[in-house]
Amino acid sequence: MILDSKIPAGSLAEKWTKHKFNMKLVNPANKRKYEVIVVGTGLAGASAAASLAELGYNVKAFCFQDSPRRAHSIAAQGGINAAKNYQNDGDSVYRLFYDTIKGGDYRSREANVHRLAEVSVNIIDQCVAQGVPFAREYGGLLANRSFGGAQVSRTFYARGQTGQQLLLGAYSALSRQVANGKVKLYPRTEMMDVVTIDGKARGIVTRNLITGAIESHSAHAVLLCTGGYGNVFFLSTNAMGSNVTAAWRAHKKGAYFANPCYTQIHPTCIPVSGDHQSKLTLMSESLRNDGRVWVPKTKELAEKLRKKEIMPKDIKDEDRDYYLERRYPSFGNLVPRDVASRNAKYVCDEGRGVNETGEAVFLDFRDAIIRDGEDTISAKYGNLFDMYQQITGENPYQTPMKIYPAVHYTMGGLWVDYHLMTTVPGLYALGEANFSDHGANRLGASALMQGLADGYFVIPYTIGDYLAGMPYEKVGTDHEAFKQSEKEIKDKIQKLLSINGKKTVDDFHKRLGKIMWEYCGMARTAEGLQKAIGMIQELRKEFWSDVKVLGTGDELNLSLEKAHRVADFLELGELMVRDALHRNESCGGHFREEYQTEEGEALRDDENFAYVGAWKHMGDNVEEELNKEPLVFENVKLTQRSYK
Amino acid sequence: MNLTLKVWRQKNSSDKGGFVNYSIADISEDMSFLEMLDVLNEELSEKGEDPVHFDHDCREGICGMCSLHINGKPHGPQQTTTCQLHMRSFKDGDTITIEPWRAAAFPVVKDLVVDRGSFDRIIQAGGYVSVNTGGVPDANEIPIPKKIADEAFDAATCIGCGACVAACKNASAMLFTSAKISQLAMLPQGKVERKERAEKMIAQMDEEGFGACTNTGACSIECPKGISLTNIARMNREYFSAIVSSENV
Amino acid sequence: MSWVTKTFSSTLGRKLLMALTGLFLILFLIGHVSGNMLLFKDDGGQAFNEYAKFMTTNPAVKILSYLTYISIIGHVIVSIILSSKNKKARPVNYADSKAATNSTWNSRNMGVLGTIVFIFIVVHLQNFWAQMHWGAIPMVTYESGEFKDLYAVVNLAFSNIGLVALYVVSMILLGFHLYHGFASAFQTLGLNHKKYTPAIKFIGSAFSIIVPAMFASMPIFIYLSTLK
Ligand SMILES: Cc1cc2nc3c(=O)[nH]c(=O)nc-3n(C[C@H](O)[C@H](O)[C@H](O)COP(=O)(O)OP(=O)(O)OC[C@H]3O[C@@H](n4cnc5c(N)ncnc54)[C@H](O)[C@@H]3O)c2cc1C
Ligand code: HEM
Ligand code: SF4
Ligand code: FES
Repeated sequence: MILDSKIPAGSLAEKWTKHKFNMKLVNPANKRKYEVIVVGTGLAGASAAASLAELGYNVKAFCFQDSPRRAHSIAAQGGINAAKNYQNDGDSVYRLFYDTIKGGDYRSREANVHRLAEVSVNIIDQCVAQGVPFAREYGGLLANRSFGGAQVSRTFYARGQTGQQLLLGAYSALSRQVANGKVKLYPRTEMMDVVTIDGKARGIVTRNLITGAIESHSAHAVLLCTGGYGNVFFLSTNAMGSNVTAAWRAHKKGAYFANPCYTQIHPTCIPVSGDHQSKLTLMSESLRNDGRVWVPKTKELAEKLRKKEIMPKDIKDEDRDYYLERRYPSFGNLVPRDVASRNAKYVCDEGRGVNETGEAVFLDFRDAIIRDGEDTISAKYGNLFDMYQQITGENPYQTPMKIYPAVHYTMGGLWVDYHLMTTVPGLYALGEANFSDHGANRLGASALMQGLADGYFVIPYTIGDYLAGMPYEKVGTDHEAFKQSEKEIKDKIQKLLSINGKKTVDDFHKRLGKIMWEYCGMARTAEGLQKAIGMIQELRKEFWSDVKVLGTGDELNLSLEKAHRVADFLELGELMVRDALHRNESCGGHFREEYQTEEGEALRDDENFAYVGAWKHMGDNVEEELNKEPLVFENVKLTQRSYK
Repeated sequence: MNLTLKVWRQKNSSDKGGFVNYSIADISEDMSFLEMLDVLNEELSEKGEDPVHFDHDCREGICGMCSLHINGKPHGPQQTTTCQLHMRSFKDGDTITIEPWRAAAFPVVKDLVVDRGSFDRIIQAGGYVSVNTGGVPDANEIPIPKKIADEAFDAATCIGCGACVAACKNASAMLFTSAKISQLAMLPQGKVERKERAEKMIAQMDEEGFGACTNTGACSIECPKGISLTNIARMNREYFSAIVSSENV
Repeated sequence: MSWVTKTFSSTLGRKLLMALTGLFLILFLIGHVSGNMLLFKDDGGQAFNEYAKFMTTNPAVKILSYLTYISIIGHVIVSIILSSKNKKARPVNYADSKAATNSTWNSRNMGVLGTIVFIFIVVHLQNFWAQMHWGAIPMVTYESGEFKDLYAVVNLAFSNIGLVALYVVSMILLGFHLYHGFASAFQTLGLNHKKYTPAIKFIGSAFSIIVPAMFASMPIFIYLSTLK
């Protein structure tokens, strides 16, 4: 299949404006004849559901948490970018576009990214109108900060809780439409399948997590806003419930999965403290503005630290290796996420890690405290320091923080065209669930922007273009296709419950996570990836013969819920590895050790790999088919990133 | 450390439920409270027993999903969320009592899981500014004094966990409701609908079966986000001024 | 429902009634305690008896006293309605509750304290108020005319150590009720501001100690003086 990205013609800056005019519209009186399903109530889902309901469509919104307000977007800390140029420091739509394309290591579409930069300004207006309490200056106007190494201050923030405030804004808009009767909410409901009829998405099948009821919902279009799949690694900064199930089931129904191997590893997370660890906690990136990253110069000293024979403060300055400052004199501790992460891995691989597991480096505020005083540092980072102390029991004012990289974000996702439509007509993917705008690496404060751009300002236009061509009649949920899908799901549940093996679901999840982290994590090799494929296949086999899922299908059953999710991760994992294996280059979050510059930086191969790799499902346990969407760069020049 | 857990088990909303004791060994003090329960659940699963169901998602103290009443206090001995509570706060040999939130408006779904849909319905009754997407003024056209923005922010940090209800002797939802009413009443964007909002949200709160406020202050002390009682006072003002001056006769 | 009934069937409307009636009762207490201080005057009860007569006959005082009756009855009825709603809001109690770590004992037991205060009020009215209105009270004559000798009734009553004890204990409980109730009423009215709330709290604490102490000192004083 030729992947048609439907990028409109015309100059970059005019594409979206012109296209909005060219798209078909649905007459206001007819909008209420259409039903739209929105799966997910994070930034992307809540904003889409609210905006579509405001336009007059009938919306059904689904999430697996007990309330739409708890979607994982709530956890985002740092901020949201927008090309407002309120600071008069030279920002512009074009600069945000350029930074995002470059930050993504030239693996995203120019047209999409430019549109994102254009609508970024509307997002801030919208959120402020909803009552989102962004940080302000004394004069009463909005404050900005620079974030993630950007050279302009374009990040809007609400203390360390930007995601929460933005989501609560979108949730309030959604709640208003629930009250209006335009949105019907289905919390604690998990999407299990997309139903297609005549090649078009016409509904979904869900499981009510409390009663276990399998139910069908019919609609004219289905939007998947189900977030990222970082939890394939078991340990990540994602919420415990984040999963790939919705996207994966759609994939199996014909939606291509793009760039699955692009994962972002965030450098400043609290290290793993033991086998019991269930998730990892992000410490805001902003800490690197004042903290200095180091490990001891020698293995011997590191060993003594690990055995607690010496304390960090016992190590003299000349015995410390501030390796980021040493290797990247101009960017120092502020190098991009992927570079900082990889270097932490290198020094720990050399045996210089500083905690019991040997997988941690120091982030030290000693010098900043001497320079600015404890009060200043506490004013800036007090809440983060407290959180760190709460979790680790150590006081970062007195002893350096320990940090280590952790899986944080997945740039890959369902392939979508310029309209955010997947390869299945009528099926859309928004937010982190799609692959669209971040290329091989996402810049800080851009995911929130993208989720809201998709939901508030893109889908309300593009969905009309599709629905205008749809009949008003809904398909009945007694249609053969719904019945078929319901049966398959019930069979699958029966199967999971009947295996009655010896190992728990978590056990499989942890083992999968270890394989993914080891072979498909921060640095990858062809050899390791080959090995991983076999291991994952084995593990999958074992899962289906030896997993133990307790309870019944018709009650609240956490192990059954997890079993579904882990079963899908076990399939996705293999695809990620295959994608990583086929991409014989390093770019952004995908680092293949074979492809690096002499200085150890990612070495792209623009000639052979400047494309989106979109995989087509060919059947269970059959190798997937790769499809390529070439990336054409008409406005930017491809350059090698350098932070020396 | 070794602990005894006294856990509320209840099959579903119609089951009567009761406490079951479990003993659990080799718990490290670096574990979070929920990781300790994960360990218990792995053990139960291995033995073929139904794991203890509890709500949780972000495990970062922000989604508001975790909701355990631990040793007589919502979210346990510290002023934080259950997921941010660490085993350091306990000592070897302790018996820990774990119960669900208790309130008529939060019916138990299973074990320690409760249904907090009543909070959503309170917000649906008016916890928003009625603006459609698009067609809004430029963000900087609405200047807001920093102090006010900060105070509105403090109110807006509520995570909707329900610990306030769980702590209150009357199972009152005043702190939760007042946080939203306050946030929007302070900001110019929310002022347009403030009377209507106060009346409707409070009517909904009553309808859900939450109790009244005796101003004991327990809610604010147990609130993991430290939402202040001044919000309740502000809500009361909003309501009293609404009833004598709103258009709804 | 009209807006009035709607308001007073809402929890907040009812709390408003609690606060207003409570505050009115506080005002009443001020009046009551200041008048009763005349008991300490060493004039054989003349000032007190004159005051008592004034209180039962003056039309303005009449209106105030009716307001007081309404306040007490209203305060009690609304407190019963609220307490029953509060009870229903938590049908299943916690097996383990450490409420003492998040709130004061008196704030959690306003109903209990109030009920005992109510019983006290009934006894108290029976002792003096009913006597004054309908009882057979000896008369005394001063230059200004003939008066019911309530002073004698009071003296007689407080020669009973049991009654004195009841009064003293009740006043302590009233003190507890007010120790929370005074500031609470302002919070209910929406008056909470960092500028004046500390002052309200201070005055409330002082009030709830001083006024009941003044009331309690009367039976003690009289009892002691009857011993002589
Ligand atoms: C710790 C952390 C900090 C971050 N900080 C920032 C930041 O500062 N700036 C920034 O720009 N980005 C940040 N990000 C990234 C950003 O938060 C996310 O990418 C973004 O919020 C994703 O939004 P979403 O709407 O796509 O999905 P989510 O918010 O993840 O929502 C997913 C929704 O889908 C539902 N769902 C999922 N599966 C199913 C199913 N099978 N059935 C039914 N419902 C389902 C869920 O219930 C949920 O409602 C951060 C991420 C993390 C983990
Ligand atoms: C002189 C007598 C009394 C005075 C001065 C008084 C004063 C007050 C005040 C000021 C409050 C606080 C109101 C608020 O929180 O807004 C209050 C609360 C209360 N009072 Fe009284 N009171 C008196 C007698 C009683 C009696 C007789 C009862 C009987 C049952 C009672 C029961 C209560 C209860 C239950 C509350 C708490 C209501 C709530 O907040 O839920 N009080 N009182
Ligand atoms: S007010 Fe506090 S305790 Fe109540 S729901 Fe909000 S965060 Fe939780
Ligand atoms: S799990 Fe999200 S707040 Fe505790």
